[in-house]
Amino acid sequence: MSVVLEQIFQVGFLAAIIRIATPLAFATLGEMFSERAGVLNLGIEGIMLLSAMTGFTATSLSGSLWLGVLAAMLTGALMGAVHALFTVALGLSQHVCGIGVTLFSSGLAYFLYRLIFGQQSVPPSIKSFETLPIPVLSDIPVLGPAVFNQFSLVYMAMAAVPLAAFVLYRTPWGLSVRMVGENPRAADSAGVGVIATRFQAVILGGALMGLAGAFLSMVQFNAFTFGLVSGRGWVAIALVVFGRWDPWRSAGAALLFAFVDALQLRMQASGLGHIPYEAFLMLPFIFTIVAMAVMSRNAVAPSALLKPFRREER
Amino acid sequence: MPAPLIEMRGISKSFGAVMANEAVDLSVAPGEILGLLGENGAGKTTLMNVLFGAYAPDAGEILVQGRPATINSSADALAAGIGMVHQHFHLAPRLSVLENLLIGIPGKSGRIDRAGGRARLNEIGRQHGLTLDPDLPVSALSIGEQQRLEIVKALFRGARLLILDEPTAVLAPTEVDGLFSALRSMAAQGLGIIFISHKLNEVRALTHRCVVLRHGRVTGRVDAPASTTSSEMARLMCGHEIVPPARGPSTPGEAVLTLDGISTSRHSGMALRDVSLSVRAGEILGIAGVAGNGQRALAEVISGIRAPDAGRLTIAGKMVSRFSPREVQALGLGRIPEDRMTTGLVTNLPLADSMVLPRIGTDAFSRNGLLRPDAIRAFAEAQIKAYDIRCPGPMTRAGALSGGNLQKALLARELAFDPKVLIVSQPTRGLDIGAARFIHEKFLDMRARGCGIIVLGEDLEELLMLCDRIAVIYEGRIVGTLDSADATIARLGLMMTGAEGHS
Repeated sequence: MSVVLEQIFQVGFLAAIIRIATPLAFATLGEMFSERAGVLNLGIEGIMLLSAMTGFTATSLSGSLWLGVLAAMLTGALMGAVHALFTVALGLSQHVCGIGVTLFSSGLAYFLYRLIFGQQSVPPSIKSFETLPIPVLSDIPVLGPAVFNQFSLVYMAMAAVPLAAFVLYRTPWGLSVRMVGENPRAADSAGVGVIATRFQAVILGGALMGLAGAFLSMVQFNAFTFGLVSGRGWVAIALVVFGRWDPWRSAGAALLFAFVDALQLRMQASGLGHIPYEAFLMLPFIFTIVAMAVMSRNAVAPSALLKPFRREER
Repeated sequence: MPAPLIEMRGISKSFGAVMANEAVDLSVAPGEILGLLGENGAGKTTLMNVLFGAYAPDAGEILVQGRPATINSSADALAAGIGMVHQHFHLAPRLSVLENLLIGIPGKSGRIDRAGGRARLNEIGRQHGLTLDPDLPVSALSIGEQQRLEIVKALFRGARLLILDEPTAVLAPTEVDGLFSALRSMAAQGLGIIFISHKLNEVRALTHRCVVLRHGRVTGRVDAPASTTSSEMARLMCGHEIVPPARGPSTPGEAVLTLDGISTSRHSGMALRDVSLSVRAGEILGIAGVAGNGQRALAEVISGIRAPDAGRLTIAGKMVSRFSPREVQALGLGRIPEDRMTTGLVTNLPLADSMVLPRIGTDAFSRNGLLRPDAIRAFAEAQIKAYDIRCPGPMTRAGALSGGNLQKALLARELAFDPKVLIVSQPTRGLDIGAARFIHEKFLDMRARGCGIIVLGEDLEELLMLCDRIAVIYEGRIVGTLDSADATIARLGLMMTGAEGHS
């Protein structure tokens, strides 16, 4: 155990937490925007995978990393629009459509990847983003190299949290999002376009999920594999609940999950006794379940979550 | 007479084959309070939804300050200076008063203008006596305060015409006074108000002029509501004379239901504290109180849904021991719950199934663990006929029936088994005069046949007309019981706010 404790305060460990938390933070914020507007997006897992694929492909073909990021965000936004088309415009079941989006996006990702790259013995890879140390700040001992010597996408995630909180709580659009998620009829009678606002929130959420996917294929793994997302989307859905639909708390939840995940990676590496490594793999998920059970008892979901809005119905 | 704020000319709107509005003319002048009267389904709400932009009229035009206006959405209506306070409030409970107020208002340099919102809220509050704490979440407000917020919201958006759809249905008598003085103050400053209500005495007290709708058409206009009698207005609404049923003298028998020192824990809502009551055979006991003062706990204990922490409940001489709905029902209790749609019946099932649900396990409707569909259907058909429940048939989805017909169905389901005691919450809420009248007659019928009836309600006029005695519940206690001969609305109203106790 002392080995583990020693490693916690190492630069590498802190940096690992930040890196693991980044895609989760993007995905969690994305899901949060969607749910705050009253739309559960179970398409998140597939959207992340498809965006990871398109981002990787765009970079691999063009050589530009930022073009890849843009492609991933557009893919996410597009799939968000598809989800919104079914659940918001047509008012269909959010559960069923979300699962449908995930299945469709995953299938499409596999299909396009094979179509473009074929079957190769060595999977193609790209030259990934490089770390971008921030002057002065990165010289702070321990914290500096871990937090301020990171990839630009990590900085974007750090900025996204306060930005999301500002947008949600301080701008008229954010108020509209919260209102259509709580009582769409109230928003409607106040002259707010419920359908439009929900579309915008789900599309914005999709773009953020796309960023999460881009981080996975372009920073974390430098390649696209079919198991790339491996449940991170589902975890983000749990983290939104854990974070009580609030940007700061959701980001905190992502960090906490990342901490447990980084910890279990270290524990695997340290080879504690004869415990099979699969046992460590379970840890973050057990943590999620326990955290959800404890914390989400008082969590109140947006009142209109899962409820389609049709003006004529009362 | 000043030029009208709003004028509706020849408005017609139909839904399929149903004419909801037919060539309706209506206008409101600045400073005028217009009453809009009519039974349920007369087309009042449809007409107001046309004015507020929710429905497009099939024919007719709307003029705003003399100019033709197209109102296709609530945003258009708001821009034209029309504000509406809906029957079911359009508020987000978890957001603050200020946030509910500022929704849909463009911000200041991209941000919500909280400071400006506060200032306007204060100003409106001072002008009309409509004060609210901007930082409380809406869920912490009373129903009256939520309504106040809805009014402020409309004024905030610059409404010059305010539509209120049955605003008093949810208020306690003291709150009604506050609302009326605010409305009068607004009218005095030149706003126009359309006041929709069933309650004729309120319409007479408040409005300057009335328009009466029946079957979608204007059937009467009253220019001096204050000097027109309620029965004259009722005749315009229903098309025939409505005589309130007379409660004859009765000779109550033995107590059929007794509560002795009943207390409950604070499980959800207000708890009961040491409540003792009794109802005798052939007697109607009213329980008056502002909603949320323990009525729900009281109804649940008597119906066997919730066991009290202390005290005894006796029905027809037998003590209730296990507190289950089945037990109290077997002892002779009939129950008509407050919320027809959620606890009354199953809206997605056929009406017939809902009508036998409480007694589904009895021999009448099932045998050897199997339902007897023929018996169920026959029972429902008989009741539909006996109570004149308007529906296509017993297999109609229950949720498709109107409120009045649902209430008849619930009444039929209980009365068919000749209960010794009947407990009813808000028996005529949301019903029109005709349907309410029918329900009242049935209660008086049951009373004459020796049934003891408990009526929980907020409508004091109704309680005074129906009940032999009225108990007042306040913060979970019975603060006093009056013979209805000694009771007045003013006195009951005071007791309901806890100001006066009497026993």
